Parts: sequence; C-alpha cells; structure tokens
Amino acid sequence: MLSYIARRVVQSAIVILLMSLVVFAAVYAIGNPVDILINPQADQAEIARLTADLGLDRPLPEQYWIFLSDAATGSLGSSFAYQVPAIALILERMPATVELAVAAMLIALVLGIPLGLWAGVAPRSGAGRAIGAGAIVGFSLPTFWVGLLLILVFSVWLGWLPTSGRGPTTDLFGIPVSFLSAEGLRHLALPAANLALFNLSLVAKLVRSGTLEALQQDYVRFARSKGLTERRVVGVHVLRNVLAPVVAVSGVQFGSVIAFAVVTETIFAWPGMGKLLIDSINVLDRPVIVGYLCVVVLLFVAINLAVDLLSSWLDPRVRLGGEA
Amino acid sequence: MLRALLAATALWISIAHAADLRIGVAADVTSMDPHFLNLAPNVNIAWHVFDALTHVDENARLVPGLAASWRAVDPMTWEFKLRRGVRFHDGSELTAEDVAFSIDRTRAVPNGQMRPFTQRIVAKEIPDPYTIRLKTSAPYAMVPYDLNSVFIVSKKATGSARSEDFDSGKAMVGTGPFRFVRFARGDRVELAHNDAYWGGAAAWDRVTFRIVPTDPARLAGLLSGDLDLIEQVPTADLPRVRGDARLATAQKVSWRTIFFHLDQREPVRGIADKVGKPLPRNPFRDPRVRHALSLAIDRKAIAERLMDGAALPASNLVSPPVLGYAADLKPDAYDPEAAKRLLAEAGYPDGFAVTLSAPNNRYVNDEQIAQAVAQMLARVGVRVRVETMPINVYLPRGAKGEFAFAMLGWGSFSGDLALRSLVATPDPKKGFGAFNWSGYSNPRIDALLERAFATVDDKGREALAQDAMRAAMRDHAVVPLHHQVTTWAMKKSLSYAPRTDEFTFAHHVRPR
Repeated sequence: MLSYIARRVVQSAIVILLMSLVVFAAVYAIGNPVDILINPQADQAEIARLTADLGLDRPLPEQYWIFLSDAATGSLGSSFAYQVPAIALILERMPATVELAVAAMLIALVLGIPLGLWAGVAPRSGAGRAIGAGAIVGFSLPTFWVGLLLILVFSVWLGWLPTSGRGPTTDLFGIPVSFLSAEGLRHLALPAANLALFNLSLVAKLVRSGTLEALQQDYVRFARSKGLTERRVVGVHVLRNVLAPVVAVSGVQFGSVIAFAVVTETIFAWPGMGKLLIDSINVLDRPVIVGYLCVVVLLFVAINLAVDLLSSWLDPRVRLGGEA
Repeated sequence: MLRALLAATALWISIAHAADLRIGVAADVTSMDPHFLNLAPNVNIAWHVFDALTHVDENARLVPGLAASWRAVDPMTWEFKLRRGVRFHDGSELTAEDVAFSIDRTRAVPNGQMRPFTQRIVAKEIPDPYTIRLKTSAPYAMVPYDLNSVFIVSKKATGSARSEDFDSGKAMVGTGPFRFVRFARGDRVELAHNDAYWGGAAAWDRVTFRIVPTDPARLAGLLSGDLDLIEQVPTADLPRVRGDARLATAQKVSWRTIFFHLDQREPVRGIADKVGKPLPRNPFRDPRVRHALSLAIDRKAIAERLMDGAALPASNLVSPPVLGYAADLKPDAYDPEAAKRLLAEAGYPDGFAVTLSAPNNRYVNDEQIAQAVAQMLARVGVRVRVETMPINVYLPRGAKGEFAFAMLGWGSFSGDLALRSLVATPDPKKGFGAFNWSGYSNPRIDALLERAFATVDDKGREALAQDAMRAAMRDHAVVPLHHQVTTWAMKKSLSYAPRTDEFTFAHHVRPR
C-alpha cells in the first residue's frame, strides 16, 4: 500500500515536470510577454530593459533551470501582469472555483439521481421521456450559449438573479465563500446551474440506464415477490446498485469541473482560477500559466489516488498496482 | 408564492441607494499600484484614487491638474506650481516632496512600466513646498504630457510599499475624487466619495467597477439593472441599445487609430506574384503602390456598414481632437480605377499577392475589417490572403518583423508621439521607431520630429508635428483606415461626458 502510494507520488512528480517543460517551451515559442504588456510609449531601450528584468532575454534552458531552482524553494515566480507571486494568485482565486464546482456537483447529484430514477422506473411515461430527452439536450448544448441564455431569461427578462460577478462573500475559517449569505447565493445560482447542466444530464442518464438495467435483475424480482413496497425496491435495492458508477464518474467529473470551469467563469465574470488562466494566457503570463497547470495536475492526481484507494477499500477485489 | 417571494427580493435589492453607481468595465484590472503597468484598465482606476500634475480633457488636450500652472523656465527646465491646499485621503497636504517621491518611484517599482514617462528627467529642484523644477539633459517639450501619466502618491503613506500593499488598500492614499474601499481581483473595485477633492465633489457616494469582459454579459447587466453604465458597447448591439427607451448612449471619437503597416524592407517577405514567384523587389517601396492600396480601400463602407457608424474614416495617424492632427489632410476617397492605374504605372498591371495579418481579439471588429479590406483589394488585382491570430501571438510576431501587411491600432496624446513610435526611422539610441514594423525611413520626418520634441512652445510644436504628419501621410508611410468611436451605454437617468482617451470616469457621470 505505502509502496503503491510512493510510486504514484513519483509518477506524479514526473508528470508535473514534463508538463512544466512543455508549457514553458510553448509559451516561450509564442513570444515575449513584454511585447504585449508594453507601454506604447516605450522605446527599444525600455523594451530591452523590461525583458532583461523579467529574465526573458536569457536562453530557454537557462530560464527553465532558474524556474526549477526557484520551484525547489517553493516559488513559481511572480506574475508579470499582477506583480504578485503566482502561487498566491492561484490560491487566492481557488476558493471561488472550488465553491462553484462543489455547488455544480451538488446540483447535478441532488437533481440528477432522483430524475434518473424517475426516468428509469417509468421510461414510457411523459415525464420519463421528457427527462431522457432533456438529458440529451443538456449534453449537447454548448455551455457558453446556455450561460447567455440563463442570463437573458433569469436576469434580463425575469429580473430575479444578478447577471454576473461573485457578490459579497462571508469568511468561513478564513476562506471567503458565497453560500452563507442570501446575496451570495443569488450570485452563485446561475453560474452553478450553468456549470451543473452537463453533469446533471450525465448523472441523470447514468442513473436512468442503471435503473432500467437493475429492474430486469433477479434480485429486484425477488424483492418484489417478497412483497416489499415499490418505494423500498427502488429507493434502497436499485439505488444502491446504481450509485456505484455514479460515485466513480462524479470523482473524475469533479476534477474536470474545477479545471474547466473556464467558460462559465468567463461568461459570469466569476473571479475563479479558470478566468485567471484565460487572462494570463492573453498576456502570456508564464508563471501563472505554469503554476495553474501544476495545481490542476496535482488536483487530478490527488483525486485519482483518492478514488483508487476508496474503491480498493470498498471492493476488496480491486487490487492496487497490479501486484500478485 | 415562491415566484412572488423571489420577485420581491429582487425588487428590494434593485432599489440601491440613490447615490450608488455601478459601472461595467470590459477588461481585467491587474493591479492597484499606479506605477506598475501602463494598462488602460489599471490607469482608469488609478485616475479615481490618485491624481496627476496635468490632466487631459475630453478632447485629449492638456489642462491643469494638481499643478495649477507650468512653464518652461528654459528649454531644459520645467517649473510646476502646485495647487495649494490639496489633501491626501489621510488628511496630509500635498507638497512638492510627494511629487518628487512619485517620480522616483516610477523608476523603482520592480518591472514597472511607467519609466518612459520620467526617464528624461535628470534632476529635481524644490524651491518651495508648492513648486518643483524638473530638468532634462536636452530640450524636451513633452514633460507636462509625460507627467499626465505619473500618478502622485503620498510620500508618507507609501514609503517602501510594494505593489501588493496597493492591492490590499494599505498604500491606496491619493488625492483623487474617490477613496479606495476594496479590490477583489478579477471581480470588482469599490470606491467611496472623497469630500475633500479639490476638483468639486462627485455625484456618487459609492462607486463599484465590475469587471465583465464578456460583451453580451456586460450588456445584459445593464439591461437587467445590475449595472448603471457600461463601456465599450459592441457595434453589433448599437441599434438595439439605441432603440431601448430605458437607455441612453454617449459616443466620442477615440484616440485609437487603426492603420496598416506595409513592410518596405528588402529582401521582400510575404509578397509574391500571382503564381507564387517571389518578386525581385519589394512593391511597397514604391509610394505609388502604397497610394494605390489606400485608394482601393472603401473606408466609408467599412465605417458605415461593418462598424455601424462607430468609426471615422482616417487621413491622419491621430484622431481629430488630438494635438498634431492635420485637418487639411482628407481620407483617400475610394477610387479603384485610380488604384489600378497607379499599380500599372508602378509596373504591377496584374497586381501581386500578399498576406494581410491582423489580430482577432483586440480592435473592434478587427478580423472582419481584414476580410473586407482583402475583398476590396482583390477588386484592383491585389490578391490578399488574410491571416488572423490572438493578440498575444500577434504582437510578438509583429515586433519580430514577420508581417508584410499588418493591421495595428494606436492611441497617442499627440501626432509627433505616434509618428515617433510608428514611422520614424528605427533607432534604439534615440528611441525612435520602436513599433515601425514597416521599416519606413524618411530623414525629413525624423528631423521634423526631433525639432518638435525640442520645441517647448506648444503652438510651435503643434505646427512641426502637423508638418511631420503631412509628410508621412502624403508619402503613405503607413495606410490609415479609421479612428474608432467609443460608445458608452447607461440608464436613461444618467449622462456621461464621453472622452477621446476612452476612460470611464465615475466623477464625470452625472444624474440627468
């Protein structure tokens, strides 16, 4: 077990190293960020001075070596555009993204599971068909378009919810969160719904097909013949069997929701990490781009490790690392 | 029931305090440090909390700011008389020491980009607390203009503060019309009224700048009542905004001029004849070819149709209100026949093929403009392939001189400054031609510019700047397209005095 975790940690370190090298070289190939951030009034001497100040005049291997040595001391460099350590910048923006992602996953699970069950139990009813069709629509609509539509309907036409931004935050153990105030919740509602839609459809579809399949199984027939209520058959026996894949998928999806909240954050001007990444790519702010990707890779590695450990603990048939 | 409840909550919240103003800005504000980056969104916020010795009015002309008056004592010494009784937000009085400190700080901020505005100042003298004399090593007319970009911070409150101390608000002590309240990165900046502002009280108790970069979301914010005023209304939405009885708009020609660089260097790159054979010499070296290209562009059609009227066909590299604009120059009228004749005269009766490079996320409708220009040039026999890319890829490639035919936008305080960066012969020692992607060189223009920068009397300088502009434009050193027109949209109950420099100033927003 311990050797397995150690091996995974070493693997992750190699992944991060390779990723940083690729991103480093790619951003270098695009160009000099000074050309983008420069004051139009600047002359050649000023451009050269700034390029040198940022260390961008040195050959790429040397720049990468400096980055690695700094990284060894825990610093990923200072943002060119924000003049703040990249890691601090990312951590400052992380709570907003995590809160959005958690809210979106909650919506997806809390609505998706019952809807999926309903559609699975009564696939031929109007509601069942509607849920099935709705899930397909939810899959296929582009997030960007849905976000704008949500703004148009709920903010512009109905005037119920704010169009964008995070609104006021409340500190919870020193971390600013939105969900503790009514105003914060109102700001959270639309972006969370927008981000939830894809996973809501995914969960509903998974549960629906799982339920359809489970209802054909012998244990369900047996439970029914034992005289259990339909509520108990579906709510306990079917649900328990359907949930396993949902948990596995949710784990993976949670990582992607955090990493790819970019679109939703951009439309709703939600000050999260994804928006930071886009803003940083726009000005080739390399320390932030590399830092962000390191954080995301770490996140994925940690989630995968947790899912693996969890599943081996839940199901002893699952072995870690393929040892004999 | 639930619906009624929600509606009631929304109603209650939308009745904000009467003297609150919520502004939707289009681009991210990266730092509160006024001496760090010269990015328009950062500078826009800085103008609310801080102030500078000189202001520019809505026409981009210099007017007194913290300095009540200034004059050139001799061509190498500028004397500024400070306004008396101006107080910082912490109550201390503004003195010449703060000015000297601020000038020094522009050079001390790590990776700071405000240094070009102060690098020519070699010495400072403070004869009394309300007077400062700034010396340059050579006659230099631009000191009062450059100081418009140098925000004055409090020496006492700033001390050795780092950029982060500005972000947190600790060092946000200025003399501007608003006090700093809060900066939530990527989300908003909140400001509060400064009763002691010397320039007259603003109409708002609290101002919130919300950062909403997505165009439709910004407009939706205004339509839903979340925002009171937004900047940079997309041209496609102009008819809709104008047709909405709840909204008002304000428009003004911007200082941003869109033009084309034509690479005139040898060996020729990116230009070939129509079967793809490289040309023996660069056609853009011939002024007739450059003139022909200009004549082949239908500026009026682009301004009216593609830009929905939010552009003014250009004949200059600076827009009409700006110092150094030569009003006698007229935009080249669309004349494809004349263009064909000129091309034939220059030895290209069958035209040639060239790639037009343009950004696709920087200027208003940049990509569509490039496509339209390509089609117009095709009508006179010049085959244009359009290549567009995001600005973060575009600018570094342009700086490396990779483009034969390139779109660029430029905003300047004055014509001579624009010409210095874009048209003057590249010369790192003099700081000339830093963005002269054309490689154009004309000793007469260089000489006129040098004289203009050394002429401390504004009238004399303007005349020289205009002469340089005429020389550059008559030679078609670059091909100007249009000046952008900026649009603000706001609730009907508000009015805004629109500005050529595109800034959105809360203190210039008034209840109607």
